[in-house]
Amino acid sequence: MAHHGEQHYNLEQRFDFTAATKKSIMTVLVIGAILLGIGIILAMTGGGHHEEAGEAGGHAFHWYERLYANLWINNVFFTGIALVGVFFFAIQFAAQAGWSTPILRIMLSLGNWLPIAGVLMIATFFIANHDLFHWTHAYLFDKNDPQYDSIIDGKGAFFYWPMEKGSFPIFYIARMIIFFVFWVFFFNKFKQISEQEDQLGGTSHWFKMRSWSAYFLVFFAVSSSISAWDWVMSIDTHWFSTLFGWYVFASWLVSGLSAITLLTIFLKGRGYLEMVNQNHIHDLGKFVFGFSIFWTYLWFSQFLLIYYANIPEESVYFIERLSSDVFGPYIFVNLGLNFFLPFLVLMTRDAKRHGIFLKVVCSILLVGHWVDFFLMVQPGTLGHNGGIGFIEVGMFLVYGSAATLVVLGGLAKKNLVAKNHPMLEESYHHHI
Amino acid sequence: MEKDTHFILGVYDDEDVLLHAVEKVRGTGVKIHEVYSPYPVHGLEHVLGYKRSRLPIAAFLFGMLGTTLALTMQFYMMRFDWPMIIGGKDYAAFPDFIPVSFELTVLLASFGMVAVFMIVSNLKPWAQPRIFDLRSTDDKHVMAIDIANNSAVQVEEIKEILRSSGATEVNNKSFE
Repeated sequence: MAHHGEQHYNLEQRFDFTAATKKSIMTVLVIGAILLGIGIILAMTGGGHHEEAGEAGGHAFHWYERLYANLWINNVFFTGIALVGVFFFAIQFAAQAGWSTPILRIMLSLGNWLPIAGVLMIATFFIANHDLFHWTHAYLFDKNDPQYDSIIDGKGAFFYWPMEKGSFPIFYIARMIIFFVFWVFFFNKFKQISEQEDQLGGTSHWFKMRSWSAYFLVFFAVSSSISAWDWVMSIDTHWFSTLFGWYVFASWLVSGLSAITLLTIFLKGRGYLEMVNQNHIHDLGKFVFGFSIFWTYLWFSQFLLIYYANIPEESVYFIERLSSDVFGPYIFVNLGLNFFLPFLVLMTRDAKRHGIFLKVVCSILLVGHWVDFFLMVQPGTLGHNGGIGFIEVGMFLVYGSAATLVVLGGLAKKNLVAKNHPMLEESYHHHI
Repeated sequence: MEKDTHFILGVYDDEDVLLHAVEKVRGTGVKIHEVYSPYPVHGLEHVLGYKRSRLPIAAFLFGMLGTTLALTMQFYMMRFDWPMIIGGKDYAAFPDFIPVSFELTVLLASFGMVAVFMIVSNLKPWAQPRIFDLRSTDDKHVMAIDIANNSAVQVEEIKEILRSSGATEVNNKSFE
């Protein structure tokens, strides 16, 4: 019910990124770096699978391939979280939502990682190249070569157009650059309009933001799908799934929503955002709960059709994973963490309204969806040389803490609350 | 005096007045039988002190019933009653059962929830609805107070409380 009367919230509040907070995040980063170092040393000296790989593929396995695969998993995963922050921000304006006004800046702050993610993604592609993407080998497109692959040759234009197949993947690189440039452009545009709104007030900025949000959402719809094909699906070059773009998007969305929820609860715990009450937390919880089910729906739709039709060229994707000693168990870990856990824990209203449940579930979901991307990338790049070890955990911690530092650093620079947003008053009275 | 037969009705024009009136009337210790309004008034159930609905529990149980029923049915049919090999899979191929299980879960949860709601809210088809004031289906909010439930307070006193809380009319209503 509406409580009448003046609201005295501090609208000028800014997140104070204290040295202590920075230090604890840096500690995690250092621990991650140490684990990563141990993992690399173990991989360099031990290896163990060298001979097997030599027999199976005719190509020796090098320890740095595992490093590249991990760089790629985390590039894609954390790009997704950053992108979903901007996406969810834009959705609030397109949907003319009022409830989310106090947490708008939190969503937007995730986008601070985007420029760095873009540089890392492009750099990793050029360094890892052949070790990650089978289609980058020139011999696949050479009809006179014994290893000529007519199927990949047929798909070649998607990577190499307008240049000759097997040369420089100009079309692929152009897409990667264009996507990041536009995403960062829209992110900066949103930041700029937010800044103007804070300084000048009035409703005109809201309308401006709504138009830009609409443009961004159209671009996002196309680019998020294509980036999923480019960056993840092209690893298994022969294989394809028509809902893969949606599947990756759903995984990104749940991770991004979890990150937004965790940040909101963290800031509330620090005494910021007094206007955010249980009702706002409840709504975030509903998004996490609902889109976890949406992710499961897509995961299962993809699996069931392939399983049921049992066409070898399609089912190889799941055979590679389910019948593997390395990846088989993680399929069930994936479903357990990303479906059964949020479904059962967040089902009741109380669980969605109390920070502690959401804190636990959202943290686990971030790990769970990392496992999802791990399962998308590693089987096609490393095969039985993959797995979760020191390198995986270390790299995840390094990326995670680096992204957190960047996001919180960006958050601390601006106002925490959109103080002149026309729907701020509405959000105080949000009640569900 | 018999229960559920003689009522005092307070008629209100405005939902804000109504919300404050409910708080005020309950504050004097008078027990409200029910409030009728032409549309859902936000926060009314809160000021009336209603406990949160237990309908989700019914939905969950009916949903579980649906899942169990669907899995048992398919398992029995495909494994025992009429075993069939489809697409080279096992007789009891679990992934095949998921879509039907999902559908039956949703179906039974929603049907069960509607049925429970209808019965609990006395909206069953054979129910004889009691109209306290026909205008509560148009433009008036009506607060009904059961006289038998408030034997400690004088009828005139209740009427005075209603009037002072902003009721535009205070009427008597009796049912057979």
